Amino acid sequence: MTEKPHLIVIGNGMAGCRAVEEILARDAGKFRITIFGAEPRVNYNRIMLSPLLAGEKSFDDIVINGHDWYAENGIELVSGDPVASIDRTAKAVTAASGRVAAYDKLLIATGSDPFIIPVPGKDLPGVITFRDMDDVGHMLEAANRGGDAVVIGGGLLGLEAAHGLSLRGMKVTVIHLMPSLMERQLDEAAGWLLKDALEGRGQTILTGADTAEIYGSGKVEGVRLKDGREIPASIVVMAVGIRPSTGLAKEAGLAVGRGIHVDDDMVTSDPDILAVGECVEHDGSVYGLVAPLWDMCRSLADGLTSAPNGYRGSVTSTKLKVSGIDVFSAGDFSGGEGCEDIVLRDATRGVYKRVIVKEDRVVGAVLYGDTADGNWYFDLLKKAEDVSEIRDALIFGQAFASGGGASANPIDAVAMLSDDAEICGCNGISKGAVMACIAGGAGSLDAVRSGCKASASCGSCTGLVESLLKLAGHDEDRVIKPMCKCTSFTHEDVRHAIVERGLKEIPEIMQAMSWSTPDGCFSCRPALNYYLLCAWPKSHVDDMQSRFVNERMHANIQKDGTYSVVPRMWGGVTTPNELRAIADACDKYQARMVKVTGGQRLDVFGIKKEDLPAIWADLNAAGMVSGHAYGKALRTVKTCVGSEWCRFGTQDSTGLGIKTERMTWGSWMPHKFKIAVSGCPRNCAEATIKDFGIICVESGYQLLVGGNGGIHLRGTDLLCSVETEQEALDYCAAFIQLYREEARYLDRTAPWIERVGLDYVKARIVEDGAGREALRSRFLYAQSFHQVDPWAARAAGGEAHLHQHIAEIRPFAVVGGVA
Amino acid sequence: MNAEWLDIGPIDQLPALGARTLPVQGGQEIAIFRTANGQVYGLVNKCPHKAGPLSQGIVHDTTVTCPLHNWRISLISGEALGDDKGCVPVIPVKIDGGRILIGRAEALASVG
Repeated sequence: MTEKPHLIVIGNGMAGCRAVEEILARDAGKFRITIFGAEPRVNYNRIMLSPLLAGEKSFDDIVINGHDWYAENGIELVSGDPVASIDRTAKAVTAASGRVAAYDKLLIATGSDPFIIPVPGKDLPGVITFRDMDDVGHMLEAANRGGDAVVIGGGLLGLEAAHGLSLRGMKVTVIHLMPSLMERQLDEAAGWLLKDALEGRGQTILTGADTAEIYGSGKVEGVRLKDGREIPASIVVMAVGIRPSTGLAKEAGLAVGRGIHVDDDMVTSDPDILAVGECVEHDGSVYGLVAPLWDMCRSLADGLTSAPNGYRGSVTSTKLKVSGIDVFSAGDFSGGEGCEDIVLRDATRGVYKRVIVKEDRVVGAVLYGDTADGNWYFDLLKKAEDVSEIRDALIFGQAFASGGGASANPIDAVAMLSDDAEICGCNGISKGAVMACIAGGAGSLDAVRSGCKASASCGSCTGLVESLLKLAGHDEDRVIKPMCKCTSFTHEDVRHAIVERGLKEIPEIMQAMSWSTPDGCFSCRPALNYYLLCAWPKSHVDDMQSRFVNERMHANIQKDGTYSVVPRMWGGVTTPNELRAIADACDKYQARMVKVTGGQRLDVFGIKKEDLPAIWADLNAAGMVSGHAYGKALRTVKTCVGSEWCRFGTQDSTGLGIKTERMTWGSWMPHKFKIAVSGCPRNCAEATIKDFGIICVESGYQLLVGGNGGIHLRGTDLLCSVETEQEALDYCAAFIQLYREEARYLDRTAPWIERVGLDYVKARIVEDGAGREALRSRFLYAQSFHQVDPWAARAAGGEAHLHQHIAEIRPFAVVGGVA
Repeated sequence: MNAEWLDIGPIDQLPALGARTLPVQGGQEIAIFRTANGQVYGLVNKCPHKAGPLSQGIVHDTTVTCPLHNWRISLISGEALGDDKGCVPVIPVKIDGGRILIGRAEALASVG
């Protein structure tokens, strides 16, 4: 009998053994098989390391093939002795021990290696990866000693490590470089929900956190972030990612890109060498999930047993439990041209679903909290099925959408619901109650909301209520205008919800209030950022990416893309030193124009974005701060010279103007806000066209509100007269706070007052003394956080990326990597 | 260096929902954008309307809104969206090993 060809498999992991299983299933007698493995144990399920760490499984539970499998199939297992080199000419491999074995066919299934970020301290004892049984052993040892653990990497692997260590009693902090968790599998909204849930379970999650170094003498003591924060840790798990293990193949001279290049039959550039699993690159793709691996093993076995059935690449889906939370994603969820998002958010149940449809086909899906329909969406996606018939009910899942032709129509679907079916989970309102409310005269969504509270809380049942309205014959459009196309709620609804329900972040609002877009639009994002800043002055972390360019750059963009810079001149008063510093800065940064503004200060034009931090540093050095000439913020306090110089002046209008500006500068507003103080009724400071004007008279101060010199000229209304400077300042602060808290974003005071009425403003500011005092103190409290010169931080190097190019191209050379 | 792709720096220097600029000597400046999902796109940094710097706009979904007059431009096709008409050249971008690579030919297309 002729000797059977010898198949050597490098790698005793999931891919290597699965490939062998597939070959055996097709032709058990074809090869003599030897498997080399680096780990001193039999083939086990690497995916189950997480439950092992969490204490939910034992090693025996996760073994795929025990010793008897190798014996029964005549497979020789060489464990604990990794292959060190491949000699393609001699067709032999040499193991670390020096053992040599000749092959006829060689299968490389070396999988992938954990990626270690090259920071100082990465080699300290106590810094480990999460890839094999030994790593789990190290983690369990550390957990037995208790204390703090840091996991670097908020991807799937990192979160599983964190979950396991947390269950084992350690205090865990996850450090993730990206702004949202598992960004490759989840969109921002789902990532945010996950973060929130994990924090609720006692883990600390730091996103957007960049590791500077791992410190400790002799062993790990903690991690220092680039922003200076230090997190103590007795163990650091590095789980930032994996890369195909291609070293052996590369040294043997095989074609290697990101992974080992293979054709559709998993054959490498050497016809006698095959490769499979995470170590390969097929048609430009590298896979790190288990499903493609099964497909590859099937194609490999078909090819080797002479019935080729080429591998065509895999469409992948991820369905998993992260710390007991169900998460699913599949296909392309980055959106884009021609893609429509169908989003369903159910805040009460903690569910978020997003299906992306393009040309009537499902192209992607992200599910959080309820993944029951994941497989169905994935099936629709893979089969590229036309979903136009079931589109309206698609997001409700298979049971709803496939329940026959009739139920695909949302109105028919709600018609089929029983009277006691729950419509609004937040308030426990049944269909019967909603229908009764409509029958009782509620003919619109708002009437239903105020009548029976259905859809009045999280709003995720708004669609159902609207369908019920249509079912009852009310089909008119809503009269109340929503904030933007991303939501059905008004500005007032959103502001109310932020305060009532303690919403703190933009993604949290979008989830709680059922935003229909994944990350809002240029209209709602700046508004939400302002509403949060106004509601939570102390804790709000500003979202730079939701600011208009001028507020992000702290300067005014001009039509040629350069910026103009306006330093603050308190009350319109300046000094020779300030003027000299401005003149010097104009020369140094080649300003193309200096203009005296209507707000009594100087505007320096033509400054390049790269030069902004430097010019600010120079102006700061002369004692000047940002004039916020670019912001929805307090702009200027314009004054006349008043009683100190003017023969008509009745009070010190310049002094009061400076005091007013000192009190109000730095405050963010729904829109720009201008103040003026005139020393007599001749009104040289033009106080009657300002948002807040003060006209000094012999008996005291007239306080004027709601003026506007813009497109629609509007003179101020007289709010009241007061006797003292302090009262003028107190009323000013209270008025500003009322406007800040109640006007819609991008409403100037003029249209706001016309909408709410002057009487309302008088009632709140003039007639209600206690209310006025409360408003004033809320304003001053907010100011204690907002009166920080934004220029100083930038001049000191903050947000440098906003002012620097990422790189520069000089044809045929790149000068790159500028931080 | 690869002949078709130019390495312009590590991906972590590009904030989500943000953009960075890349001047091209003798040619038109490029803007590199990153969406909430981490997708990266490149456009010539000039709105087809009045040449506004798109890099300074607000990024939402796969769209950037020009800072000058709020035209919405698709990051994928460079086309103006909605009722506006116009198109800005797209620069192909890919991410490899944590580095941002851009198409050399397209990046240099504007160099005279």
